[in-house]
Amino acid sequence: MPRAKANIWSWLLGFCLLVGLLVLPQVLSYSQREIAVLLIINVLLVSSYRLMTLTGEWSLGHVVIMGVGAYASALFSKRLGIPVPISMLLGAASAGGVAAILSFPLFRMKGFYFLIGSFAAGEVIRLIWKYFTYPFGGPKGLKLIPGFPDIGSISFFEPEIYYYLCLFVVAVSLFVLYRIERSRIGLTFHAIHWQDKLAESVGVDTFRYRMLAFVLASFFAGLSGALYAHYIGTINPTRFDVEEMVFVLIWAIVGGTVTFYGPIIGVVVLTVMNEVILRSLGFDTARPMIYGGILIVSVLFLPDGLESLIPKVKGWFSGRVKKTGEVLEPEKSP
Amino acid sequence: MSEPVLQVKDLSRHFGGLIAVNQLNFAVMPGAIHGLIGPNGAGKTTTFNLISGFYAPTSGQVIYQGRDVSGMKTAKLAEIGLIRTFQGTTLFKEFTVIDNVRVGCHSSARSGFIGRVLGTDREVEVHATAKAEELLEFFSLESMRDELAANLAHGHQRALGMAVALAADPKIILLDEPFTGMNPEETTRMMQLVRDVRQRGITVMLVEHDMQAIMGLCDTITVMNFGSLLAEGTPQEVRNNPQVIEAYLGSADHAA
Repeated sequence: MPRAKANIWSWLLGFCLLVGLLVLPQVLSYSQREIAVLLIINVLLVSSYRLMTLTGEWSLGHVVIMGVGAYASALFSKRLGIPVPISMLLGAASAGGVAAILSFPLFRMKGFYFLIGSFAAGEVIRLIWKYFTYPFGGPKGLKLIPGFPDIGSISFFEPEIYYYLCLFVVAVSLFVLYRIERSRIGLTFHAIHWQDKLAESVGVDTFRYRMLAFVLASFFAGLSGALYAHYIGTINPTRFDVEEMVFVLIWAIVGGTVTFYGPIIGVVVLTVMNEVILRSLGFDTARPMIYGGILIVSVLFLPDGLESLIPKVKGWFSGRVKKTGEVLEPEKSP
Repeated sequence: MSEPVLQVKDLSRHFGGLIAVNQLNFAVMPGAIHGLIGPNGAGKTTTFNLISGFYAPTSGQVIYQGRDVSGMKTAKLAEIGLIRTFQGTTLFKEFTVIDNVRVGCHSSARSGFIGRVLGTDREVEVHATAKAEELLEFFSLESMRDELAANLAHGHQRALGMAVALAADPKIILLDEPFTGMNPEETTRMMQLVRDVRQRGITVMLVEHDMQAIMGLCDTITVMNFGSLLAEGTPQEVRNNPQVIEAYLGSADHAA
């Protein structure tokens, strides 16, 4: 009964992962905990980005959209005095709203044109932040953003505690993203990616679904931005510039975007590599160069991303690899 | 005489200076298998694209079930039962066979967003899957249910294309060259499938080059040439129409 066995293994793996994530802050140093918090926020960012790519459109504005969530949430709490948890949700909703408006000009384009269009739209938003000192704080951005309120004696100012908050929010978000993809909505996104004309011919309103993907992805990107803003306490336009976007792209490409877990593997592996290996060697200022190198190497030697290694690893564990090296249980496409 | 299910009135489409379709008129009766033929470049596919909403007409009207639908979006037309298929094997090749047909069930498998996330759309989806399976059986594809569409033989891919279209609950289905690239055996099977589709109460309109297939299959044939209506009638009438013969073969005067 290979299926039942595989099931036990995946439950076991999931359980180990959960326990690992829960004890992780206890074994890390203070600064490592801070990095862990940012890593979890980035997991949500890159996973939301993948939802967007399901319809086949790659955006260069995703980090700016994250910034919209961060700015909106910061402004709601700082200037209007709305409680932080609510302003976080409002910030995420604002990011979704901005995406809904941007859909109208952007989805007149496809492919490369969409990529450039999304970049331009993102720069416009960033320039608005830079130009208007009120309410956006201009080039210096916003400071003294209120943190997450204490609950009793639990202070979310501590990275350790904030880590658990992020873990909870991101876990719920990932669950929702996963459910979306596994439902008919996800099927329709994929269908639009592969054959948009055929999808239209059976009644799929492709514009509406592209917009839906963009708005949902932006909502969760905005949520990650809000988590970021209330943790760091200060944001500025440079934090959400195209360099950050390139990192998101590299995480997604190196991890692979075919599977749900691909981009997550990408961001985790590259962040751990960056923080543990590069920092210990004193190389961390060369991050852009090294990331570029990794991107080229992975495109050349691992074109399907790190995720393509998972079925092989699974095969080794269950000893069910054919002599040709082909895995018996091919991954369900797409 | 019943009302035509689909009618085009003085339909024209210009591409710059090129007149692809010129003042075209015809009507498709419910339950018919209606053929649209003509030499290459006669404007058949443009006509199809006009009817199915891929282009808006320059002038004239498309009337579907008594309602002017000219220039309406393809997805909207699909929702009210006007479904088209494509030339060649346009499928979701990366999907399994069953998922292809499940996408086709789009209009009938409605559910809210929250329901999708929480999984309360289960009943709708079970229903859609059952419908997809019934269609696979109808097209004798049930044994390939979990294959990738890309791995099917050509004839099976074409049948799957029809299954996807049928899943969208058409009242009239527009088939764009369903017999292209088929061997005689596959053509015969496909002809039977088209008749079976009509048996389900679906009106069929098709564009085709294969004369033998179209003569054996259609009740009415509309012949186009240079964007205009050339002739219309039963296969027998069309076959013996001197203008049609001239359009296809050139006139006796021009023959060297």
